[in-house]
Amino acid sequence: MNKIIEKEHFSEKVVKLVVEAPMIARSRRPGHFVIVRAGEHGERIPLTIADADIERGTITLVIQAIGNSTQKICALNPGDYLTDVVGPLGKATHIENVGTVVCCGGGVGVAPLLPIIKAMKQAGNKVITVLAARSKDLIILEDQVRPYSDEVIIMTDDGSYGRQGLVTNGVEEVIQREKVDQVVTIGPAIMMKFVSLLTKKYNVPTVCSLNTIMVDGTGMCGACRITVEGKTRFVCIDGPEFDAHKVDFDEMLMRLRSYN
Amino acid sequence: MSNNNNTSAPRDAQWREDLRKRLTAKERTAIARVKMPELDPQYRVTCNEEVNQGINAEQAVIEASRCMDCPDPQCVTGCPVNINIPGFIKNIERGDFHAAAVVLKETSALPAVCGRVCPQEKQCESRCIYHKMKKEPVAIGYLERFAADTERLSGNIAQPTIADKNGIKVAVVGSGPAGLSFAGDMAKRGFSVTVFEALHEIGGVLKYGIPEFRLPNAVVEVEIDGLRAMGVEFIKDCIVGKTLTYDDLHEMGFKGIFVASGAGLPRFMGIPGENLNGVMSSNEYLTRVNLMGAGRADWDTPVLQGKRVAVIGGGNTAMDSVRTARRMGAETVMIIYRRSEAEMPARVEEVKHAKEEGVQFLTLHNPIEYKADDKGRVSTMLVQKMELGEPDADGRRSPVAIEGAIEEIPVDLVIVSVGVSPNPLIPNAISQLETSRRGTIVVDESTMQSSLDDLYAGGDIVRGGATVILAMGDGRRAAASMAEALSK
Ligand SMILES: Cc1cc2nc3c(=O)[nH]c(=O)nc-3n(C[C@H](O)[C@H](O)[C@H](O)COP(=O)(O)OP(=O)(O)OC[C@H]3O[C@@H](n4cnc5c(N)ncnc54)[C@H](O)[C@@H]3O)c2cc1C
Ligand SMILES: Cc1cc2nc3c(=O)[nH]c(=O)nc-3n(C[C@H](O)[C@H](O)[C@H](O)COP(=O)(O)OP(=O)(O)OC[C@H]3O[C@@H](n4cnc5c(N)ncnc54)[C@H](O)[C@@H]3O)c2cc1C
Ligand code: FES
Repeated sequence: MNKIIEKEHFSEKVVKLVVEAPMIARSRRPGHFVIVRAGEHGERIPLTIADADIERGTITLVIQAIGNSTQKICALNPGDYLTDVVGPLGKATHIENVGTVVCCGGGVGVAPLLPIIKAMKQAGNKVITVLAARSKDLIILEDQVRPYSDEVIIMTDDGSYGRQGLVTNGVEEVIQREKVDQVVTIGPAIMMKFVSLLTKKYNVPTVCSLNTIMVDGTGMCGACRITVEGKTRFVCIDGPEFDAHKVDFDEMLMRLRSYN
Repeated sequence: MSNNNNTSAPRDAQWREDLRKRLTAKERTAIARVKMPELDPQYRVTCNEEVNQGINAEQAVIEASRCMDCPDPQCVTGCPVNINIPGFIKNIERGDFHAAAVVLKETSALPAVCGRVCPQEKQCESRCIYHKMKKEPVAIGYLERFAADTERLSGNIAQPTIADKNGIKVAVVGSGPAGLSFAGDMAKRGFSVTVFEALHEIGGVLKYGIPEFRLPNAVVEVEIDGLRAMGVEFIKDCIVGKTLTYDDLHEMGFKGIFVASGAGLPRFMGIPGENLNGVMSSNEYLTRVNLMGAGRADWDTPVLQGKRVAVIGGGNTAMDSVRTARRMGAETVMIIYRRSEAEMPARVEEVKHAKEEGVQFLTLHNPIEYKADDKGRVSTMLVQKMELGEPDADGRRSPVAIEGAIEEIPVDLVIVSVGVSPNPLIPNAISQLETSRRGTIVVDESTMQSSLDDLYAGGDIVRGGATVILAMGDGRRAAASMAEALSK
């Protein structure tokens, strides 16, 4: 049982929870995720660790209410408990000073991107962050990414904030303007697919973080499997980050629809 | 054979000598083997109730009198942990069921579990003297279960004597049969034991793998409660190698570590279409249903339900999956196995039960491709018909494809159950640990000690996919040698 210490609404459907998990706070690195369960009959739901505070023994989760389970988690309040939190899972992000890094996040994907932006900046990279969402009120964590970004570009589908256009328009603009050494993309699978197609065209190495369906998160079930360069890989232990140019996104998109 | 040493029921005890004279060999062998009362197949596929109902006291005493109490009992040599089989059976014959349970527990930490899931027909029962007379062997498994259940249900569970606390802390990684039996033995010896489990439930495969209709969770729960009562601490949701490192365990003061992390990783065949929706591993299927409650009202986890379900493989996991699919409402359920029925590794009883429940057996068939409908969901499978060729290194006759004999079978759910590989989490996290080419942890077979002095290992992480009783035996052996090493 893990106590919820703080809650904040980033938008109508996106909630930040600060949760007690001292052991995980200590051992997690950027890129890691946890699996949580709300209720004794709850599902095991993977969520990225957006931040951690070793002193307070807490981790921060940012959750978008999509279906039944994420709604249940988002409905919890400070003082309530998550039934289970296990982690940190997955491989940590490979952080290195490569030069200029474009970090692009869509929707709730900005939350897992935040620790990577921080770490990339601290490693000495020039960081250009592209945040994208359908409209202004769905843009999250802008204030938190600014201190660690040399530039922040905001894209909305409807033009209600920043510039009108898709995340790919923002990324392409930067690539055309200056030399980009790496792109990191986290967001809906369909967005990552198009970012990947774009950066492949320009030959810019691209890392994506995949949000497949999972059960155990420890390699036991294979629910999270995807195809990378023709080989089956498990996102929970081999990932969640992969070379985007090698991922079969169409298969992943199809597998995400298993239960919808 | 230590049949007379270290047991509460030595063969030369007066009561056993008297019992042997009670009936003649002819009278004993004239008795027919007991039939296990089972739920009716029509009924049992509608629910999750345990299929085998267990034999009653009267049946048990009669069955126990079939045992000839051989001077050189071969059954004991067939048991991977050499349980004093005649010793417990003769206690049943004389009506002292509690004493029978005590004899079992001298060797086995989990008799109620092993009585249900051991492949007795390949172990103890395969060596029974009755085979020489062309008769059915003594039902050792049924009797084991009877003795263990009777003790459990009597509420008078023999409490093990626990040595004074010695203040030494030991850690267990994984709560399957290997971890549980190690924990029990160390607690008895006075060690402070903490079991770390990655999942949110204690019990390993006994909980998330083997279904309720074969091994009720309540049976496993009693064992876990017993360990708790002995002071064993369980910490779930904690992955050693992730949440806590090997070094963290040392910092926390653990002097010995027993790794029993199992053979978690499901294998796939690598054939086209295997990643389609509707194709999943048996681990995923069984975990969703057994651990996550899929299919039960009020549980959040979903599982794909099929009308025509094919399960690939011939082991216990395949039988559990196919019988679960039947209970989840599938109309047509098939086992697809590339060898013949004789080579199936599953327990004979599971195969029999599966057939009674309407499972079709497509033996000598090997899947080669899955095809999807326009939504990406599996809709048919191509299977290659096989014939048996020459025996391979294990003596099993290897299947060879019959050229051109390919069949297309409509399916809407495929469960792949072709084996597991050792869980790589611990070997990956502890780089100094010696592992084999197959990824198992290398240990000294007599002490279960690994290449690291304070780290011992047992169960499926050492053996690859094995059995409950072997895992249990490893746990006990590791406990004995670690206790000795730490007491020096
Ligand atoms: C490594 C990783 C990190 C993630 N990080 C975050 C994060 O930080 N914030 C966030 O909001 N979301 C994150 N997700 C996605 C999140 O787990 C899914 O949105 C969530 O599981 C959807 O569940 P639902 O029941 O609310 O939604 P629905 O869309 O209604 O799901 C329907 C069914 O599909 C299944 N399902 C769909 N996606 C998943 C999944 N990923 N895992 C398990 N089951 C699934 C469930 O069985 C569910 O019942 C992450 C996913 C992964 C794999
Ligand atoms: C469906 C199925 C049916 C079977 N039927 C039979 C049968 O009828 N008869 C029989 O004898 N055998 C059967 N077996 C095999 C038997 O269950 C196994 O051989 C046995 O459970 C192995 O025990 P174990 O203790 O080594 O590991 P497991 O039972 O696999 O337990 C390992 C535990 O360790 C946990 N773990 C893994 N890594 C970590 C970590 N890093 N930190 C913390 N915890 C961790 C896992 O979550 C798991 O709970 C069956 C197996 C399956 C899957
Ligand atoms: S979630 Fe089960 S193997 Fe990855």
